[in-house]
Amino acid sequence: MGPAGLSVGWYLALAVALFAVGGVGLLVRRNPLVMFMCVELMLNAVNVAFVALGAGLNDVGGQIAVFFVLVVAATEVVIGLALVVAINRRRAGATADDLTTLKG
Amino acid sequence: MVETVFAVSAVLILAGAVGVVVFRNPVHAALSLVLTLLGVAVLFVLNDAHFLAAVQVVVYAGAIVILFLFVIMLLGVDTAEKLRVEPIAGQRPLAVVVGAALAALLGTVVIIGADVLTGLRRSAGERALDGSASDIERIGRVLFGEFAFAVEVTAALLTVAVVGAVVLTRRTSRPRSAAAAADASLQDSDAGPDAPSTDAGRGQ
Amino acid sequence: MLDAAWLICAFPLAGFVLLVLFGRRLGEPAAGWLATAAMTGAFAAAAAVFFALMSRDAADRRFVVTLFEWIPAGDFAVDAGLLIDPLSVTMALFVTGVGALIHVYAIGYMHGDGDFAKFFTYLNLFAFSMLVLVLGDNLVLTFLGWEGVGACSYLLISFWFSDEANAAAGKKAFITNRVGDWGFMLAIFWCFAALGSVRYLDLFGVAGSLSSTTATVIVVLLFAAAAGKSAQLPLFIWLPDAMAGPTPVSALIHAATMVTAGVYLLVRVNPLIAAADSWAPELIAWAGAGTALFAAAAATAQNDIKKVLAYSTVSQLGYMMLAVGSGAYVAAVFHMVTHAFFKALLFLGAGSVIHALHHKQDMRGYGALRAAMPITAGTFIVGWLAIAGVPPFAGFWSKDEILAHAWDHSVALWLVGIVTAVLTAFYMSRLVFMTFFGQSRHAVAAGIASGDGSASDVDVGVGSGSEPHEPPHEPSALMTAPLVVLAGAAAVAGFINLPFSSELHFLGDWLAPSLFGNEAHLASGAATQWLLAVVSLAGAALGIAVAAAVYLRQRLPARRFERPAAARAFYFDELWTRFVGGPGRRGFEAVAAFDAGVIDGAVNGVGRSVRAAAVTLRRAQSGFVRSYALLTAAGAVALLVWFLIRASV
Repeated sequence: MGPAGLSVGWYLALAVALFAVGGVGLLVRRNPLVMFMCVELMLNAVNVAFVALGAGLNDVGGQIAVFFVLVVAATEVVIGLALVVAINRRRAGATADDLTTLKG
Repeated sequence: MVETVFAVSAVLILAGAVGVVVFRNPVHAALSLVLTLLGVAVLFVLNDAHFLAAVQVVVYAGAIVILFLFVIMLLGVDTAEKLRVEPIAGQRPLAVVVGAALAALLGTVVIIGADVLTGLRRSAGERALDGSASDIERIGRVLFGEFAFAVEVTAALLTVAVVGAVVLTRRTSRPRSAAAAADASLQDSDAGPDAPSTDAGRGQ
Repeated sequence: MLDAAWLICAFPLAGFVLLVLFGRRLGEPAAGWLATAAMTGAFAAAAAVFFALMSRDAADRRFVVTLFEWIPAGDFAVDAGLLIDPLSVTMALFVTGVGALIHVYAIGYMHGDGDFAKFFTYLNLFAFSMLVLVLGDNLVLTFLGWEGVGACSYLLISFWFSDEANAAAGKKAFITNRVGDWGFMLAIFWCFAALGSVRYLDLFGVAGSLSSTTATVIVVLLFAAAAGKSAQLPLFIWLPDAMAGPTPVSALIHAATMVTAGVYLLVRVNPLIAAADSWAPELIAWAGAGTALFAAAAATAQNDIKKVLAYSTVSQLGYMMLAVGSGAYVAAVFHMVTHAFFKALLFLGAGSVIHALHHKQDMRGYGALRAAMPITAGTFIVGWLAIAGVPPFAGFWSKDEILAHAWDHSVALWLVGIVTAVLTAFYMSRLVFMTFFGQSRHAVAAGIASGDGSASDVDVGVGSGSEPHEPPHEPSALMTAPLVVLAGAAAVAGFINLPFSSELHFLGDWLAPSLFGNEAHLASGAATQWLLAVVSLAGAALGIAVAAAVYLRQRLPARRFERPAAARAFYFDELWTRFVGGPGRRGFEAVAAFDAGVIDGAVNGVGRSVRAAAVTLRRAQSGFVRSYALLTAAGAVALLVWFLIRASV
């Protein structure tokens, strides 16, 4: 049970929903920037689950994990946006579907 | 009271998330993302993770979304995406099916497993949440005690990310005409192999 | 001092490395002196180790210096370790001692050769490999040295490789040795499979409890290896051809040291021979005796001076094998040492004759060289008397000991041995009389040589027949000094193991810790031994007398003694050629077809199916990152389904 009396299950259900929405968004959007935002949504879903489970299990480890996820997310955004900038410098307005050089 | 806060923030979070997916304009999507992030911060507060809530607002909603917007403005890619067209056949229905399956299955896991998890283990010592020490102090002690090595590795990761970002976005210091020519040849090289000029363009 | 035994190997290795790096820059004669210094250093180290070992109690004279772990692979652990015991130190002493002398000689002999530095590079590498072979404390390390000396032998036989015959001789030696190496490798595998170790001391510890079948198999395989390296029947064919190399090489590698490696190996594993079925040593003894007789017969009809000595070497190695098979390990090592001295002496003497006569090797073009080359002739005569078995020279004592043991073992073996002794005295006397006595024939040599080109693989590359012929003369002191030293050794080396009383059996007492009581003891009494000695002396006298009658006095026609069959070594080469070219070739082709069809087929089939699969699968690589993401998500769904099914069961 969470400290406020609300069941952990509710938080996890919300996290599942958020994760699924983010996943669908990643699959349907073509703009690389929006795709990154969807990845952020999925990461946030995981963060919610971590914090809720940490509270449920009475362990600070959940928050620690969120801390590291935050750092990794920041790193990912920095590198991802740098890639977007580099790609756009070569091909203005490129979407994810335009970058098919690795086609087998 | 708690249930109400949870319900409101849950609605805001999901609304923001759906907004990210459906808004055609990336600027709108980014603003919608802020909504979700703030909702998540509220949930953190609800779970007594005050420090994380602050970090969520400052780093995520602040720095990261600003970075997104900054890149959108810098590149001028705020043009609306044609959401009605889907170039990859079957991508969209399949994505919805997979997303729904994911939600359903994970939901099943939650229903089966949430009660098992709750109260399964009561942590003791530094990691226990019952202590009188404040949120920040506890996180700090565990982070720089038990997870000190992970923190160091994270520091290295951040350094690598910074170096990577600089390398990826750096412009050459050559005269502008030469750089333009190189860029032009780079665009050519996408169409056909043009090895020498490609090498010249990448030799930065 | 014993801990520093690695220095013995380190000196030649250092010499080799330095010569590889700077040999060409050092040039002549500095490169030769550097190599000689390395050998001398090794000899000094070996002598120091020898004295350190002497100062210990007899029971303590076995010492392992582990340098580093060489192959750590689970149960199979091989150390690079040196086994210092009387046997290995004896070998190391004469390898480095004779080696150093031959190095000095080679500085003179190789004078003016374009590849002077390369020659000494190879020689030092050879010495290093030989010392690893001798001192290694396990079969794998010995095998490393074994292959090393084989490679050096190949390089040095075909040293003047621009001549087709020399290159072919090198290849022949290499390939023939490979047959023996196959036996060695199988023996190593078998040892590890049966005993779990390849270290000599471990092997000897469990040899007593070994099943006689296992021991027999290992011994026979090791004998196959020894037959290749030590030129025994039927694998001796490479050694006569190996004379294509420069004469110092023939002296060092193909007479004194490398070819004795097989004998050394068998003496080294004497506990295994003792554990084997009795037919295994019997096989070794008879193969040795057969080789001795066969090669001695072939030597009587050779006209190339080096070929006579080559067949003589094969024959003497046969004696050593005969000794090993009879359990007379001390006699085998004794003969190995004396043979190293007198055969090296004979080869070097032959080398200086060849040098003086502008690289002509046909003895029919020699004669009366005694006056022109007094030192060479004098030292050569010492060597001749030593090998012919005339007391008090070294060969008499060692050969007599072998024959006494052969008599003990079986009279038939002794008979073969004594006939070989007569033939040995005969062909060596023939060589000496044709070369140093009689009338000078070198004016007519050119005609003879061209008429009989097939029988003589002439030392070509340095000399040339068109030079104005100066009269033959004594070579420089660099070449005569080693002759004198070796002649001294060949004269007195017999005194290290005199048969008269047990106190005079120095070598036998010294080697005892290496032989684990497996040395056979002479059952026959002193009277029998005296009689045997007299008989072998009479045999030597007979051989010399007949040779004198034929070649010195011309009382009997030489044609009756020089059989064409003997000159061709009883067509053994032809036999091999026919076997390898006929059924052998068909066998190889079958193996090659199997390799191409089944082995390569399987490998290519794997490759082809992978390619076919890839052609199909590459369609999945659309290049659309979102398709990949979809598949990843689908994979996650599948995993979830799997977990849920597992959890619900």
